[in-house]
Amino acid sequence: MTMDTSHLRESALFDRATIHEIQRAASEGIYRIRGFGAKRRVPHFDDLVFLGASVSRYPLEGYREACGTDVTLGTRHAEKPLEIDIPITIAGMSFGSLSAQAKEALGRGASAVGTSTTTGDGGMTQEERGHSTKLVYQYLPSRYGMNPDDLRKADAIEVVVGQGAKPGGGGMLLGHKISDRVAEMRTLPKDIDQRSACRHPDWTGPDDLEIKIRELREITDWRVPIYVKVGATRTYYDTMLAVKSGADVIVVDGMQGGTGATQDCFIEHVGIPTLPAVRLAAEALQELNLHRTGVQLIVSGGIRSGADVAKAIALGADAVSIGSAALIALGDNRPDLAEEYAKLGTAPGFYEDWQAGADPAGITTQDPELAKRLDPETAGKRLANYLRVLTLEAQTLARACGKSHLHNLEPEDLQALTIEAAAMAKVPLAGTDWIPGRL
Amino acid sequence: MSSDVIDLAGAADVRAANRRLQGRQGAVAGGRFEVLNPGGAHALAAGLMDDVEVVIRGPVGYYCAGMNKNATVRIEGAAGVGLAENIMSGEVRVTGNASQSAGASGHGGLVVIEGDAASRCGISMKGVDIVVGGSVGHNSAFMAQAGRLVICGDAEDGLGDSIYEAQIFLRGAAKGLGADCVEKEMRPEHEVQLAELLARAGIDLPASAFRRYGSARSLYNFKVDNIGAY
Ligand SMILES: Cc1cc2nc3c(=O)[nH]c(=O)nc-3n(C[C@H](O)[C@H](O)[C@H](O)COP(=O)(O)O)c2cc1C
Repeated sequence: MTMDTSHLRESALFDRATIHEIQRAASEGIYRIRGFGAKRRVPHFDDLVFLGASVSRYPLEGYREACGTDVTLGTRHAEKPLEIDIPITIAGMSFGSLSAQAKEALGRGASAVGTSTTTGDGGMTQEERGHSTKLVYQYLPSRYGMNPDDLRKADAIEVVVGQGAKPGGGGMLLGHKISDRVAEMRTLPKDIDQRSACRHPDWTGPDDLEIKIRELREITDWRVPIYVKVGATRTYYDTMLAVKSGADVIVVDGMQGGTGATQDCFIEHVGIPTLPAVRLAAEALQELNLHRTGVQLIVSGGIRSGADVAKAIALGADAVSIGSAALIALGDNRPDLAEEYAKLGTAPGFYEDWQAGADPAGITTQDPELAKRLDPETAGKRLANYLRVLTLEAQTLARACGKSHLHNLEPEDLQALTIEAAAMAKVPLAGTDWIPGRL
Repeated sequence: MSSDVIDLAGAADVRAANRRLQGRQGAVAGGRFEVLNPGGAHALAAGLMDDVEVVIRGPVGYYCAGMNKNATVRIEGAAGVGLAENIMSGEVRVTGNASQSAGASGHGGLVVIEGDAASRCGISMKGVDIVVGGSVGHNSAFMAQAGRLVICGDAEDGLGDSIYEAQIFLRGAAKGLGADCVEKEMRPEHEVQLAELLARAGIDLPASAFRRYGSARSLYNFKVDNIGAY
């Protein structure tokens, strides 16, 4: 017999998850560390809609009239800019946080559709380099596994200042994910809870960054593009300063951005949403006369669909990057793993313990038995399918707005459903010509 | 054996000098080079790959000899920030002082600073040996993972903060040790290793004059009892 619960009213302030967290904190005495991105609702691309063609604009024919999707990244200083066929790249996720099989699958999937993958905090693996036709090598504060040979094997370099899930925070990899191989790549003992630094060891501030970028160019003979990745906070100024420091590409990761392991309070409470971040970065580039011409903008943090892709581009991004969605496409949070998730006290659709290393899908783990469950070929195909869908969706929306290339989308094609989104994206509230904050 | 001369006051700029030293314009292994008028240039002699010998006559800027492999670089003067950062192998020697973050994240090889080193010397080091003839600034060997930092003079505050498996040998006094850094017993095998390292660095001091520091390993795993130390 089930109890009648219709009279029980959950507190909006102290909801069940909040109560559970207070109880957990009281019993364990340590903050909660988890994976995934921010879980609370923040203004996002869902709050925007496209203005399709009308009497005053005409659309392009779906399936017949071309809608270009290619992007060239790093045209400013690099001898060999990175050319990708679709404006969706795979974000940096470390070997360590992900299994070698997952890294291989990301490489296979991305390569099948002509886009790039990115290493992460932990160095470059053979699996990843071998299966990624275009690979971006992250240059992080920890410098784990950093070496000039891998640097020269990269198709682009990404200097990581921060990420959206934790702007101002360093990396974390908990002991149970430090296998022999991970420990060796990072020059650390096994089984320790490893903290990566939050600041680079040999530069602070934009003047030093400029010299650092020059050093990286000297080492790689000015061949490949250099990106600078920041978590979204003071995005306008960060973009300006990164450009001044010589970056070819700016990567801005909104507060919703996923993580392998971060304190929950950090994930939910630091940084600004992706929506205002895209606009701020684009404004900085416009001010410098470099938007869509000299410096490219990649935006990440909560990209799930082709609509998100198209809206980010319309607001000024040249490309987007995905982390969480890519892992889900590989097989994370699948319904057929329900029983195994239940053993971990969770369920498909809710699994966020990417820090724990017990991932039944074999993605966020270093346990060889679990990792074996992920077949890189099948998972790679799933990712390729997903990336194709995102591209087709974005093209569908762009054609409806009469655009023959995704990059022709512009803020004028968008209106906002909420006042917040209108203010953050600086597009009019739907049905009005009102942009809050603009005279 | 004579050296090829690269004069930065002449036709060559840093890029040309580096392309030459990196062997991008023809094989250089076994070669000897002399760089004149460096004038504090940044990223000079960085990214070298072969066993070349380079003598730089004068002061250098940031990241001199960064990420080098196999090369031997001697700087007659002072060095700026990030000397020999991420060095993989080979040797870098500076006859004067070095600025912050000397040998940062170095994976291997030997860095000798005959003068003093500023703060964060050996930060994040991952296997390099660093020998400082003088003293080091604050937070030296911060988060040092592997390798050895030898300090013939004194150390400022926060020495070895959050150190992992690297070892510190200190002859003078430390103003303060960082979190989880403790003095450790100097056993005979350490003295033998240190004596060998001092000899390689060309420093004439007895190993017995040094004390050894390393990680207490008490912060290796997050524990609520350690909360004050994080
Ligand atoms: C498992 C995992 C590991 C990550 N590791 C890194 C990393 O090593 N370096 C980094 O810059 N960002 C890292 N990130 C952040 C991603 O690069 C990216 O910014 C983020 O996932 C984008 O947001 P999304 O997950 O909503 O797509 C990681 C994210 C995840 C999910």
